Amino acid sequence: MITNDEPDLIAALPPVTGTELAALHDRLVRDAGAAGLLDVAYRTLDTPVGPLLLAATEDGLVRVAFAVEGHDRVLESLAARVSPRILRAPGRLDEAAREIDEYFAGRRRRFDLPLDYRLSAGFRRTVLSHLPAIGYGHTVSYAAVASDVGSPRAFRAVGTACATNPLPVVVPCHRVVKSGGDLGNYRGGPQAKRFLIDLEAAA
Amino acid sequence: MTTVTTVTGKPPFEAVVARHGATVLRVCRAVLGPADADDAWSETFLAALAAYPRLPGDANVEAWLVTIAHRKAIDITRAAARRAVPVAAVPDRPAAARADGRDLDLADALAALPRRQREAVAYHYLAGLPYAEVAAVTGGSTDAARRAAADGIARLRKTYPAFVSPDPEEDHDDHQR
Repeated sequence: MITNDEPDLIAALPPVTGTELAALHDRLVRDAGAAGLLDVAYRTLDTPVGPLLLAATEDGLVRVAFAVEGHDRVLESLAARVSPRILRAPGRLDEAAREIDEYFAGRRRRFDLPLDYRLSAGFRRTVLSHLPAIGYGHTVSYAAVASDVGSPRAFRAVGTACATNPLPVVVPCHRVVKSGGDLGNYRGGPQAKRFLIDLEAAA
Repeated sequence: MTTVTTVTGKPPFEAVVARHGATVLRVCRAVLGPADADDAWSETFLAALAAYPRLPGDANVEAWLVTIAHRKAIDITRAAARRAVPVAAVPDRPAAARADGRDLDLADALAALPRRQREAVAYHYLAGLPYAEVAAVTGGSTDAARRAAADGIARLRKTYPAFVSPDPEEDHDDHQR
């Protein structure tokens, strides 16, 4: 917010460069981490299904978001639901980014990352924590997952849990499909779900 | 295909840094000079990050940041004064004007202003705060803040001859935000 009533004053001052601000931003990220004030760190990662937003708390990966979800909107939601102390801080996401890169390259079949499930609760959380048990390259039906978690009639709730998975790709809700062979809802859209199923089938 | 949920709340702190980072750095440079400006900026945004969850949603973020930066600048000036043992009092003009005034660039000219004038010019003209808010940050009355800014601008014109306002009539007007 710069006033216009002394434009020559503004113009005559040495400019603030992007490089200077980037260095100060890096320092802020370091200081915030050291002070325990970096509640949510995030970065984006280019993948074959488009840029993914990766966000982590101090406890672990808390959100993976597709571009179609609107990364800005997802960050606003994290500010409201987790904490507004959010900074672009790729360092905390180095390991997650590396494992997701390996997954898309066909070189990784399971993720070994600390996960923070705080964005899902109750039955949805029960469903999500069961999903990593579905093997790489396999698909199962919503009804089968419902049976596996002990609520055989809750297949619609399983569908909702999968469709609202805050950690898609890493928590493999893409391996859960409709009994008739339809793919079912997916946060990244049907093409992304298809891509992941085909990727795992080919590897 | 995606469910759009409207979230009402404050923006992620990253957006605050992106929006206000450059302005706060300009203010810190103007008030403290370039050598200490980075420290002041860093301390300001770290303190702001700590307090951010408690900031009311309708608060004026820029004025809030300038208030924090003002306090950090005072801390840094005092710490510098303690280190400089022979100096009895905090000098009003940390960057003394050179003998050859024509070589001063604007940043030097700004740094050579008395502290009150420097603050008023920075907070009003660089941060865009109305004089009432400048006064709330620095203490004193709105009129005193307006006078300090006007005196500062007048002095800058003398020490920095290249600096000429396109419309001197408006120098003393409070601007609309």
